[in-house]
Amino acid sequence: MFEVFQYAFMQKAFITGTLIALITPAIGVIVVLRGFSMIGDSLSHSSLAGVAAGLVAGVNPVAGAVFFSVFAALGIEKVRKSFPQYSEIAIAVIMSAGIGLAGVFSGFVRNSANFSSFLFGSIVAISDFELMLVMVLSVIVLLFLLLLYKELFYITFDEQSARLAGIPVRVINFIFTIMIAVSISVSSRTVGTLVVSSMMVLPVASALQVAKSYKQTCIYSMLFGLISTLSGIYISYYAETAPGGTIVLVSVLILIIVLVYNNTVRKLLLKNSARASAE
Amino acid sequence: MGKVIEVNNLSFGYDGRLTIKDVSFSVDKGDFVGIIGPNGSGKSTLVKLLLGILRPSGGQIRILGENIEKFNRWDKIGYVSQKANAYNTAFPATVEEVVSANLFSRIGLFKPIGRKHRDVVYNALKLVGMQDYGKSLIGNLSGGQQQRVFIARVLVSEPEIMFLDEPTVGIDVKSEEELYCMLARLNNELGITIMMVTHDISAVTVHANKLACMADKGLVMHDPKEEDAKKYISQLYGYEVNLHIHQHNCDNVMKGDEDNV
Repeated sequence: MFEVFQYAFMQKAFITGTLIALITPAIGVIVVLRGFSMIGDSLSHSSLAGVAAGLVAGVNPVAGAVFFSVFAALGIEKVRKSFPQYSEIAIAVIMSAGIGLAGVFSGFVRNSANFSSFLFGSIVAISDFELMLVMVLSVIVLLFLLLLYKELFYITFDEQSARLAGIPVRVINFIFTIMIAVSISVSSRTVGTLVVSSMMVLPVASALQVAKSYKQTCIYSMLFGLISTLSGIYISYYAETAPGGTIVLVSVLILIIVLVYNNTVRKLLLKNSARASAE
Repeated sequence: MGKVIEVNNLSFGYDGRLTIKDVSFSVDKGDFVGIIGPNGSGKSTLVKLLLGILRPSGGQIRILGENIEKFNRWDKIGYVSQKANAYNTAFPATVEEVVSANLFSRIGLFKPIGRKHRDVVYNALKLVGMQDYGKSLIGNLSGGQQQRVFIARVLVSEPEIMFLDEPTVGIDVKSEEELYCMLARLNNELGITIMMVTHDISAVTVHANKLACMADKGLVMHDPKEEDAKKYISQLYGYEVNLHIHQHNCDNVMKGDEDNV
């Protein structure tokens, strides 16, 4: 049962998984509450273009992904200013550009197996350099989120009032955009480009069903992210399934359980307690 | 009494067309100013100019004795917008979290909210009669209660001037009356200068000591107790307007309000 933990590659997978499981939902809370749930999809496709570009140019693909997704995130901010009432247009435009570039660059990639490993992730094939990169970037992202917790809350809840209160909204938004891009490109190596945005949204969706405050939403999101990632890696080892896909399926399962609990069990319990108090 | 707002020859326009032209007025410390006028007369635009959100096309604005271009004591200025535009009602935030957010000006960047700040939040909520709702989700409150929470959010930074842009939109008559009485109390007891955009002419004239009437790109300041105020405002809106210029008793309203809390 515990043999999975004996292998060095699995230990690395669990460490990386834990870090990714903490940073993606923590960023995801703010992304979802701002109504930009699809930004993950847009940036992950752009990071895929970076992976392909990196493989073609002989640069580390993760570094290529980070570069391209940061560039794409800044592009979203720029395009959004041209369509202030339709912010989703910016997300769609950058996603299309990302898919287009990824498609073109992938045609020049010689080792297609390496490229497709980014589509669904390869958490069990993490190199020491990538582990170090994930660790450093995760610590930076978590530190940023912790230090700017109250500022990010205010901007997310009511940006205009936050600006009036003296919060440097533009600077914080700029840094946050880069944090999203970095988190996505780093995560796409592990859980895969196609599923990374789910990791950003699904644990938050479950948390929103049970949380009674913003703080609880952040804590539950990270908790659900952690449970789904670690159990997903564990299950995938024994079931011999793709880790990225398994992690997402566990996240979906958690969301279904939470929804069923909220819509049936909780209502039933409330009805019973109301009946008991009436008697 | 010192002047907290001085506006001289202020002009502002969108796309080359002026919506506010050569407006001059001043507001004294402790004034309760009702900003009234038909739709499109520039009421909300004026507030945005005074908050520094919009830049004037011409003229000068001085806030708390300083030119708005150089003004940096924004923590002393509070703003409560229309509830409907302010936030997403499904946002998972408690009343305490919403009010604490405005502690930024006291705490500063990077520092967390501590225990002593929680007392400030509690006291602000007590001032608006919402101290028992600290753990409630903001979206679960009624429109009137939400507006009180937003006023408490402003109060934590101990503002000298409070701007409100149609805060009673979508609120029932009783809650509206409670809100006016609460604002009058903050104005009388804490000396906070209030500038409030509203369409409730009869309600605002009960508490306001000045009416800023906006029309035809201009602004005329009236004392609601003056005889000609009623005539002017009726002309402004194009129909007969009744002003309740009698002394209103808020004691009963606030007492009933506290009973509900």
